[in-house]
Amino acid sequence: MIDFGYTLTPSSTIEIDDADLSLFDQLCALEPDALKCMSCGSCAASCTAGVFTDVNLRKVLLSLQRGCEKDLLFQLKSCMLCGKCYIVCPRGINTRHLILSICKIYNI
Amino acid sequence: MIFQGKQKIWSDYQKEIPDDHWFYVRSCIRQGFFPGSEVAFLDIVRNKLDKDFFETEHHTTCGGIAYHAEALPQETMMTIIARQFALMAEHGYENYVCSCITSFGLYTEVLEDWRTFPDLEDKIREHLWNSCKRELKKPKYLAHASDIIYKFRNEIAARAKHRLVNKFTGEPLRVVEHIGCHYSKMFPSKGVGGAEYPYVLAGMIDSWGGEVIDYPERRHCCGFGFRQYLVKANRGYSMSNTYKKFESMEPYKPDMIITNCPGCPYFMDRWQYVIAEQTGKTYGENGYGIPVFTYEEVAGLVLGYDPWDLGLQLHQVAVEPLLDKMGVKYNKEDKYKGKGDKLLQMPEFPMNIKCC
Amino acid sequence: MKRNVLIIGGGPAGIEAARRIRDYGHTPILIEKEARLGGHLAKWHKLFPDGESTEEVLTALTSDMEGIKWFTDTAIVSINRLKHLYVAIFSNGITVQADAILFATGFSLFPAEKKEEYGYGIYNNVVTNADLEHFFNTGNDPRIKDPKVIGFVHCVGSRDEKAGNRQCSKVCCATAVKQACEMKERYPDASIYCFYMDLRMFGRKYEDLYLNAQRKYGIFFVRGRVSEVSEDIEGRLVVKAEDTLAGKPLRITMDLLVLMAGMSPCIENPEIASMTGIHMGEDGFFMPRDLMLRPVESHSKGIFLAGAVTGPKTIPETLNEARAAAMAIDNYFKQKAE
Repeated sequence: MIDFGYTLTPSSTIEIDDADLSLFDQLCALEPDALKCMSCGSCAASCTAGVFTDVNLRKVLLSLQRGCEKDLLFQLKSCMLCGKCYIVCPRGINTRHLILSICKIYNI
Repeated sequence: MIFQGKQKIWSDYQKEIPDDHWFYVRSCIRQGFFPGSEVAFLDIVRNKLDKDFFETEHHTTCGGIAYHAEALPQETMMTIIARQFALMAEHGYENYVCSCITSFGLYTEVLEDWRTFPDLEDKIREHLWNSCKRELKKPKYLAHASDIIYKFRNEIAARAKHRLVNKFTGEPLRVVEHIGCHYSKMFPSKGVGGAEYPYVLAGMIDSWGGEVIDYPERRHCCGFGFRQYLVKANRGYSMSNTYKKFESMEPYKPDMIITNCPGCPYFMDRWQYVIAEQTGKTYGENGYGIPVFTYEEVAGLVLGYDPWDLGLQLHQVAVEPLLDKMGVKYNKEDKYKGKGDKLLQMPEFPMNIKCC
Repeated sequence: MKRNVLIIGGGPAGIEAARRIRDYGHTPILIEKEARLGGHLAKWHKLFPDGESTEEVLTALTSDMEGIKWFTDTAIVSINRLKHLYVAIFSNGITVQADAILFATGFSLFPAEKKEEYGYGIYNNVVTNADLEHFFNTGNDPRIKDPKVIGFVHCVGSRDEKAGNRQCSKVCCATAVKQACEMKERYPDASIYCFYMDLRMFGRKYEDLYLNAQRKYGIFFVRGRVSEVSEDIEGRLVVKAEDTLAGKPLRITMDLLVLMAGMSPCIENPEIASMTGIHMGEDGFFMPRDLMLRPVESHSKGIFLAGAVTGPKTIPETLNEARAAAMAIDNYFKQKAE
């Protein structure tokens, strides 16, 4: 192969056509409230761990819904299950329970 | 696809194109990229269609590449353009036609800027007078050279030696049309057919017997994008955009691509080689690429010009499969002969994309 | 003394105002340019937030038309002011003298084909919100064939200066979410995506509608405007948008795309304004004398306004304005009599 000094750049597009949502469907069966998130960001804003690490529940949840969770799931490892996000969630999502279910289903 | 819907849009975006007496300006880069195209254009309009197209050696670059690369301030660019317009008026013309899409976009933008900000026009008028003692006179009509070929597409069809029809199957050739971004994306009303479904090239394909392919990434940029290409480290972006287009058009099995921009045919042609060398992938039949043409080259082929006179030997992707389909006769031995039968240098052959 | 009130526009605002004006003891004359009363409402199927049938609403509205003179298929040819009266000539040749005029001329649905990049009228499977309501009413639309992936594009011709409409059309968010749920009920296996810029679920129970769409129907919401639509080789729609919450471009292939065409000012507004002296805002809707305190009065004496003629409104808001206008007209007559 010839080295041209540049190569094709991988696309950053979220390709919903290729998304495998089977795990997300499993999650919703167990945690229907996962669908209630409206991406307000209260969870991430109040997150104790988020100050020091990348963890951002809003983004993780969105990535599950778009089937592109691979790059973000690791974030949940930083969660300390303190429950602050549960207190602040305006949709009343039991986020702690949700995080545990995500870990179980997505095998983190 | 609802064809009538497109026709409706096309009828909404008609542009007035006078049929004679044009001041023609060449492109900076096309003569290097596609050396036969502008010659063919002038020969077609002057000698086949018997029209008056004037050009002067005093014409310079419009400054577009430097302007888009942010190396040239706007007022400087405008003064350069004002000078071109002054040249046109000095030679008694009021219809201005350019060969380059970037120039066309820039001319359109400048005229629109002057219309919106008359003070700016006055300032440029002054700059022009101070710098070269010329008088700014704006053109009455501005066209891109593809508008002219579009206007005369049926006259060209009437004289056609070859049509865009596969002579082996009798089927219309499947043609991808690619419009330069600066043709109408900035000012949809200035292009034939508007910005979303331009008709300027599709109209030629219709008239000359081909079948227009509308594929998902049709509107996408060829990838040139000035800064993407000019900086080597960024060229991957440029090529990735071309790649995206080819991946999208692949299922339609196009026989050829026709373009109206200096950059697009160049990059869509050359990147096929780089993509093939990097990934092993080719998009034409039997390991060939999809040949990419300028509209003048296609008009030339339709009118029966010799392909090597049109400069088709300078393409990276071999054009011979398409010439065969169209039934264009060519002499293999003459491919790399220049003027006076002087042998041009022979290119090296790539590994992964078949060339003749 | 009995007074004539000319009401132009036989949609919900015009019908309701006519009834109330009659109840105040005046003579309403209602004209509608189309063949039947009801305006846009007559073409709709169900209303948000509870899915009330438009037919029932319309039947209730038109149940008691006694004492109202009304003409369909009738437009205004001219309106001229005599000292205390307006003289109007109708397209059916009738001339009336009116002591007051109420414009209940509503809005025009934004022509979705103007957003060329969405391909309405070009790609087979692109429809509008109005087409979908027609489909709900008739069950008949050749473009809708058991779709597996469906998209709703909010703000088509709304909040879009390039499309000539800077304003929010107010009702499309709730309508899109309502229609998405209805489609999910019809096609339970379909994946449904709503592309929105802001979700404006402002009214009572609208938020519940949204919550239901998420929790009960599993509708996905993508915050981002659709940038372009194209057709692939199988005739399916390739839809591109930016998922602004993920910060990435997004692409999805769909079987049906519904464009939420917004409310544009009635296309006849400029003509009406020049005929009557009603002030027109820069957005093209009519300006009331005072947006806060006199929302149903125009700047011209004896001319009143109700409904979407002064900006996008929901049905209950429109009906309330019609009632307010009837009251304002009655007060106007009382003051005149003094």
